[in-house]
Amino acid sequence: MDFSLSEEQELLQSTVRSFVERECDPRTAHAVFDGERTAVASLWAGLVDMGLPGLSLPEAHGGSGRELLDLALVAEELGRGAVPVPFLGHALAALVLARHGSEAQQATWSPGLASGGVRATVALAENGGCWLPGEWGAELEDGRVTGRKTFVPEADGADLFVVGCRGGGLALVEGGSSVRVEEGSTLDRGRPLYSVVFEAAPAEVVEGAAAVTLIDAASTLLAADAFGAAHRLIRATAAYLQTREQFGRPLATFQGLKHQLANMVAELDPSRGLWWYAGHAFDHAPAEASRAAALAKAHITERAQQVARDCVEAHGGIGFTWECDVQIWFKRVMFDRLWLGAPDAHRERYAALEGW
Amino acid sequence: MNLRFGEEYEKLRESVRAFCTESWPLQGGEAELGEREQGILWRKRALEAGILYRTVPSEYGGAGAEPDVMAETVIRQELDRAGVPHRASVQGTHMLVPTLLECGTEEQRREYIERTLTGELLWCQGYSEPGAGSDLASLQSRAELDGDEWVLNGQKIWTSNADVADMMFGLFRTEPEQPRHGGISYLLVPMSAPGLDVRPLKMMQGGRDFCEVFFDGVRIPARNIVGARGDGWQVSRSTLKHERMLIGDTHASRTSFDALVALAREVRKDGRPAIADSGVRQRLASVAGYLAAQEWAVARMLTAMHQNRDMEVISELLTTKLSSTNLQQQIAKLALDLIPDAGLREPAPDEAMMGIRAFTPGRWVSQYMFTLAQSIAGGTSNVQRNLIGERVLGLPRDPRPPAA
Repeated sequence: MDFSLSEEQELLQSTVRSFVERECDPRTAHAVFDGERTAVASLWAGLVDMGLPGLSLPEAHGGSGRELLDLALVAEELGRGAVPVPFLGHALAALVLARHGSEAQQATWSPGLASGGVRATVALAENGGCWLPGEWGAELEDGRVTGRKTFVPEADGADLFVVGCRGGGLALVEGGSSVRVEEGSTLDRGRPLYSVVFEAAPAEVVEGAAAVTLIDAASTLLAADAFGAAHRLIRATAAYLQTREQFGRPLATFQGLKHQLANMVAELDPSRGLWWYAGHAFDHAPAEASRAAALAKAHITERAQQVARDCVEAHGGIGFTWECDVQIWFKRVMFDRLWLGAPDAHRERYAALEGW
Repeated sequence: MNLRFGEEYEKLRESVRAFCTESWPLQGGEAELGEREQGILWRKRALEAGILYRTVPSEYGGAGAEPDVMAETVIRQELDRAGVPHRASVQGTHMLVPTLLECGTEEQRREYIERTLTGELLWCQGYSEPGAGSDLASLQSRAELDGDEWVLNGQKIWTSNADVADMMFGLFRTEPEQPRHGGISYLLVPMSAPGLDVRPLKMMQGGRDFCEVFFDGVRIPARNIVGARGDGWQVSRSTLKHERMLIGDTHASRTSFDALVALAREVRKDGRPAIADSGVRQRLASVAGYLAAQEWAVARMLTAMHQNRDMEVISELLTTKLSSTNLQQQIAKLALDLIPDAGLREPAPDEAMMGIRAFTPGRWVSQYMFTLAQSIAGGTSNVQRNLIGERVLGLPRDPRPPAA
């Protein structure tokens, strides 16, 4: 039995980590939060150079043919660095196409998706927190999609949309005059969300159980992202408490704070295997994949959110300010916890899959 | 990543399974023996077959095998599944035996190890004292050399199984002029020695799993010391290296969780099975998250240890105890909320003892209380938090008392 990463996976992860540490320190994330978005394009270009947009696409179409776990390892590092790039939607759309796209669809879209020449995203939610396939209402009729989707990540400038439709099917829609992208407000300014209105937009159906693939993969990537972000927050908070002095000594020497931090470690750190396994099961144990993904999303984003709250408190007043790094990771984790539905929905999904 | 154990280990699994089927339950006249005798007999056979304690050298009763956490995991899974009596007292097999292998004399190893592995010799651990709990090094029980005998005076407390043990391994102050850790020796004490008095402590749930042990001029042979005089602290620490053998036992948590799910199916809430209630489903799924996390953390630790990359899983290693006691408590709390009336009744005496398999309502009530003992025994949760803070996050150590 070997529950560890392959050398190839460790290399992928350390490559992305070095890139993030080099190119995206907290000042970069702050700049983006303050409306200065020039870094986003250069960070995305860096990801393109590393071949990340096509990670899951077949090699025949210019991708690297890697698995969900590989994508999740990237997500962990992007979460760790709160990197403001349009990775989530693009990675999910590419994965859906790689696993369920027809020959023709793959031939049309994959090379561009892999090279970064085409940017894609996924349009799932509808008003009222309707995230899951059974709740989608967008109509797909006569090869056209009509409906309004909310919380679509990175929709601005996207060339291709994977759209969830009534009945739980997915459709491919190319950006164009019948697709209207509306600016919204986004708490996590590193990953802006938009509403997208499809007005009888020309669409192609993606065949098969593509929606389940999408939900499981999204759950896993969000869990990995939240894990990376919370893991970083705990370490950053520990480092801050070593420098901040009160009563003539570093705050880190107070046992109350030491124990708070230790509790955060005990809550979060052992959960790494949940998203590792969800990633692994997706490709190697399909019967387990949905359960593992639902559990990872519910458990880890819940733990990560509490870690983020506790880290604000441990910082004291400074932790509550816009200038402090914590707010950025806090909001990163809020996104991970709420996008695709709050943990309750995923616990219920898990319970149903267990036959409870 | 490959979650199959592979051909080599699956063959091992089959052979262990076959051995269990053939060897248990005992047949004929042997089936008439008492529970303890049956266990000893079965463990002797399992030792001979090279299944139990396989890494112990053959001259002391083991099979002299190379350490292999995967093999040990496969074996333990099969033994648990078969319900064979493979667990003798943990104090003896997992604490004393590794200590003797590391620090004992040849004579001590030959005298004690094999009989400990079979369960013929039951041990208890004499560490904690009324004034020395988390601060163990402040212990005051003393031993003075008088000719070729140690004379023991003092008191130990929270001593599990002292009422049934044949022997105690314990820490005693032998060099009173030395400060704290420096003056302690590791001694082996027959529980039948005159002057030694064991008094069981009644616990909150009604069971009697711990004892106080009083020493009033107890005399033991001078050779009953492990390691040198004053080295007892280091000797006792040598056991810690072997505690990894205990890691990975999520069996107890999985068993109680399965029982919890069965309970939720069985009891009714608002006229339907409790498991159909959304609040119950939420809490069950939440506990399932902690349980699965712990199981995968164990898989990761086993893999890392197998590859000699222990330091990569330091966080998992150090959070294991805290996480698993928290998990056990969550399971017990949810169970009690499913059967609230039971919590108003006192458990029957046999439900208050640990190690009972059937999850009766009284047993859950008992478990609700006993899981608190788990967060105290073997290093309290607050001591665990210190270790995590210091060794995972590199936070400053707590202030140590000045050298006396």
